[in-house]
Amino acid sequence: MSEILRIENLHKSFGDLEVLKGIDLAVQAGETVVLLGSSGSGKSTMLRCLNFMETPTEGKIHLNGELIGTERGGRMRYREAELCALRARIGMVFQHFNLFPHMTVLENVMEGQVIVLGRGKPEAQDKAMAQLDRVGLAEKAAEYPARLSGGQKQRVAIARALAMDPEVMLFDEVTSALDPELVGEVLKTIRQLAEDGMTMLCVTHELGFAYHVANRVLFLHEGTILEQGEPQSILKAPATDRMSEFLEGHSLFKLPD
Amino acid sequence: MAHNWDFATILQNWPVLWVGIKGTVFIFVITAILGLGGGLIVGIARYSKSPFVSWPARAFVEVFRNTPVLVQIIWFYYAFPILTGIETDPFLAAVLGISLNTMAFSAEIYRAGIQSINRAQWEAGKAIGMNYNQTLRRIILPVAVKRVLPALTNRGIEVFKMSTLASVVGYVETLNQAKLISDLNFNPIESYTAVAVIFFVVLYPVVQGTYVLERMLRKGD
Ligand SMILES: Nc1ncnc2c1ncn2[C@@H]1O[C@H](COP(=O)(O)OP(=O)(O)O)[C@@H](O)[C@H]1O
Ligand SMILES: [Mg+2]
Repeated sequence: MSEILRIENLHKSFGDLEVLKGIDLAVQAGETVVLLGSSGSGKSTMLRCLNFMETPTEGKIHLNGELIGTERGGRMRYREAELCALRARIGMVFQHFNLFPHMTVLENVMEGQVIVLGRGKPEAQDKAMAQLDRVGLAEKAAEYPARLSGGQKQRVAIARALAMDPEVMLFDEVTSALDPELVGEVLKTIRQLAEDGMTMLCVTHELGFAYHVANRVLFLHEGTILEQGEPQSILKAPATDRMSEFLEGHSLFKLPD
Repeated sequence: MAHNWDFATILQNWPVLWVGIKGTVFIFVITAILGLGGGLIVGIARYSKSPFVSWPARAFVEVFRNTPVLVQIIWFYYAFPILTGIETDPFLAAVLGISLNTMAFSAEIYRAGIQSINRAQWEAGKAIGMNYNQTLRRIILPVAVKRVLPALTNRGIEVFKMSTLASVVGYVETLNQAKLISDLNFNPIESYTAVAVIFFVVLYPVVQGTYVLERMLRKGD
């Protein structure tokens, strides 16, 4: 197995508020890592630092062995063009889908390919249709997002990210804004991706998903990784009181015995 | 104060008026394109995070929004050539005054439109690797401009009416020609009434059209 993502000593502050306090993590190709943690623990901030939606205050991020940015005067410096190129290599899916309302489903999935990757329209269209097919929405290609259900919107957002051929996918609570009956179809799509060998980091409160799909579960607390391990052990027998309390708060999910 | 209306002299002088109408349409088209097009650029600059870009844009907007267009036109005609040595003519002075004023007002309209777009749209563009300009052009502006289309149309209507101000420096447009007819035929009441009627006949259907447009846009949202 090869290492796709390596994070060293990641810190992020917003003004005086230190949100991430030194995160170290290595993610292997094909791994599905689930991030758990209570609200405000820094899960979103961590994901957003990985694709530089937020610039880390300190620390280094390596993608496929390359260090992102250059070190000068003991600090990391980033050029905007470099960060754009990096973001194109990392897919991100948001809680609120954020589809482009003035474009059809197909155009949504083609946009980044044409504008960012410079693919020709026919190639971009073929790739877009392939990804829409993968998420089960090929027949909605000509629709506008406003006419889709939440679950369908989220699957289009996944297809839009996948069409860029990302090396890693980041999912930030992508089912939290959905009606309960629509959660399943999105989780199924992500699970299929995991089985296809996609490398993924998922923030979620769906413990069942973590239990069945994750290779590794991280528990984030106040900006540090408090514990981590295989889901089957860590979800059943957490080592810290913090995580026990967190899991008790999610009693909706019954772990298999 | 009974007035004997006599529009016969107006109709006889229709070719004179027609020259003016053509002048009005010409300056309207030029100032609408420069004003509403340039306003987009100033509006984008005004929105910029860099103070070196947003500050000059803001200064521009405040100067031209808070001075009367009539004064600007007169200033560009009489003062500007003396101060800069650059010759102007009535057309150029009027185009400068009306266009710059329209740029200032429409810049604020565009900026409000851009600001009304959910920040999540910027994030979505950024997340697939788009840079600032790509996201602005492809994701933000199409929706923002559509949203402010009614306000822009209102600006366009204002521009059409402002074209009469060009008469103050002697640019040949409808009001100026009406004055000519009135001076020659001693019929100011009919002449200026004719001008008002012409503007009303052109603008009323346009304004009705904007109501339809507004309704259509509201439905599309
Ligand atoms: N852009 C920001 N500016 C200031 N504070 C922020 C910003 N983003 C997140 N925070 C703060 O960082 C902390 C962690 O937020 P977040 O990473 O969203 O947590 P989580 O996703 O685990 O709920 C919170 O206290 C939040 O208010
Ligand atoms: Mg969050």
